[in-house]
Amino acid sequence: MSRRIVIEPVTRLEGHAKITVQLDDAGQVRSARFHVTEFRGFEKICEGRPFHEMPGLMSRICGICPVSHVLASSKAGDMLLGVEIPPAATKQRRLVNYAQVLQSHALSFFHLSSPDLLLGMDSPPEKRNIFGLMEQDREFLRSGIRLRQFGQQIIELVGGKRIHPGWSGPGGVHERFTTRQRDEIVKWIPESIESIGIALDRLKSVLDSFREEVAHMGNFPSLFLATVNEEGGLEYYDGVIRITDGSGNTIAEALDPHRFYTYLGEASESYSFMKFPFYQPFGYPQGHYRVGPLARLNVAKFAGTYHADREMREFKQRGEGAVCQSFHFHLARLIEMLHCTERIEELMEDPELFEEAIQAKASLNRREGVGSCEAPRGTLFHRYWVDKDGLMTKADLLIATAQNNQAMNLSVEQTARRFLDAEPDQGMLNRLEAAIRCYDPCLSCSTHALGRMPLVVDVTGPAGEPVRQIRRET
Amino acid sequence: MSKKRLATVWLGGCSGCHMSFLDLDERLLDLAELADVCYTPIADVKEFPHNVDITLVEGAVANEDHLRDAKKIRERSGILVAFGDCAITGNVTALRNLFNVEDVLSRAYRDSMIVGGVPEGDGIVPKLLEKVLRLQDVVAVDYFLPGCPPPADVIFQFVVDLIGGKTPAVTGRKFGS
Ligand code: SF4
Repeated sequence: MSRRIVIEPVTRLEGHAKITVQLDDAGQVRSARFHVTEFRGFEKICEGRPFHEMPGLMSRICGICPVSHVLASSKAGDMLLGVEIPPAATKQRRLVNYAQVLQSHALSFFHLSSPDLLLGMDSPPEKRNIFGLMEQDREFLRSGIRLRQFGQQIIELVGGKRIHPGWSGPGGVHERFTTRQRDEIVKWIPESIESIGIALDRLKSVLDSFREEVAHMGNFPSLFLATVNEEGGLEYYDGVIRITDGSGNTIAEALDPHRFYTYLGEASESYSFMKFPFYQPFGYPQGHYRVGPLARLNVAKFAGTYHADREMREFKQRGEGAVCQSFHFHLARLIEMLHCTERIEELMEDPELFEEAIQAKASLNRREGVGSCEAPRGTLFHRYWVDKDGLMTKADLLIATAQNNQAMNLSVEQTARRFLDAEPDQGMLNRLEAAIRCYDPCLSCSTHALGRMPLVVDVTGPAGEPVRQIRRET
Repeated sequence: MSKKRLATVWLGGCSGCHMSFLDLDERLLDLAELADVCYTPIADVKEFPHNVDITLVEGAVANEDHLRDAKKIRERSGILVAFGDCAITGNVTALRNLFNVEDVLSRAYRDSMIVGGVPEGDGIVPKLLEKVLRLQDVVAVDYFLPGCPPPADVIFQFVVDLIGGKTPAVTGRKFGS
């Protein structure tokens, strides 16, 4: 008798979702799926509103990475105005973007995933969270809280507010950067570099005990997509798109992010509100690709900062041409935190950041605009159309997390095949969730909504009839 | 005296209110001394527990799961707080009320560069409500904590007051009601 296992809600993830596992008559895994259950419809609700409002509105897609949406939206607005913004404005946006990657990755690693990594996948569910970690490893957790705080404080100092900062818009930014702000920021840098270094050592030292997870929780070749700079190095704000494959071969290079719709497509499946983007020349589903920290470190040739480059060289040794294990998203995330901190430090010395001109003034000059940047979870694209008065007629949003949708589905399937026994236990259930947690999915973003992720293991018969449901209850 | 039991719940919102809660930063460690955080999206408890003293609810009521959850949470919570503007007024989540739900879905899944169609759910994905509702449209709300999101300092004082059995100052505003 075949069964379906449903895990609901998936927790310690940023959004509403469920996982289902279908078993066949022999009790073997036939398929496993990841379902996103939230929907808010930002593509529609923006219609008829002035494009100048978009950074403020689109920011509300997600409270974890609002800055990414503010930036993609501001950049689409820059294009609608037809302007090149002043260097100081670009630098401010870069600074706040690095700060956001830092705070968002700190949340993913310390608050959400480190309970699995440090307390163990099989540790009791009621303790396997930051409050459990508070008891066991208070100072480590405190260092993570402070790393997130560092990122959030930069956003607050420059953007005026930690969540949904309204400081950037079409044409530039609204306030000049000051030496007082710089002095606040530089104080934090030595502690941050040190804390990230300690976290990296901790993670590397426990990797051996996760050999099975590394090998079976999302280990497969795929395409990887990321923004890089002209030399092929890590880039988060402005650059070109590069696509590589699971062996490190270049599939496409120097693609224009403003024309993403000419080479990327989206599919939808009835079982999820999250779409399935793909690389058009390869078709759907073969053209699925991964984005985010793992993809960025695979696609970029180098980091361009001292500490991050050292770590990145070591990181690249973990694969042949490319690191294909999604478990290493965690490691990649920490390396990116290091890189972002180093870039923030460099910016503090950059005279252009302090310049007076921060706004390019213009009225509407185009009817269509595209903005793109690297969000913490991957490449983000906003495409807007406006009427002659600058009122939105349409928006298309290609969201970072959605681009990992197919990979997340493959990961839960692989994890189920490896770890699902006749009687699924709590450790197995947690591994299914942990497979998803590697991607740090922001489901708020990906369905332009956000909420809690359900985890139910649903057991169904050959005709799909429910046989048994296992909910994680503690 | 046993610790007060605190829960935080996430319905149709952007998580920004929860992120503002995490912006308590190191005060999270203090809060954990004052209250037992028995249910929250950042921990692994799957089923909303019984006998919760204080529950903060982020987000509007947008689909059938939210509706079911809101009712269950109300029954099991002593004090229920509408946490942030989406819970209080519907805010951004309720902007879709200007349109027909079918139009919103088809805009997202049919009109763009999409292969496939509108997800039907396979019995797994919850049905969207025709109109997004405020929390107070669905259950009785005891306190309102406004903001998009409410600032961390305000959240901290508010929660500490509630834990101490005091009436939090901010409720005088009854924002959006
Ligand atoms: S009130 Fe604002 S911050 Fe809170 S969930 Fe709604 S949009 Fe997000």
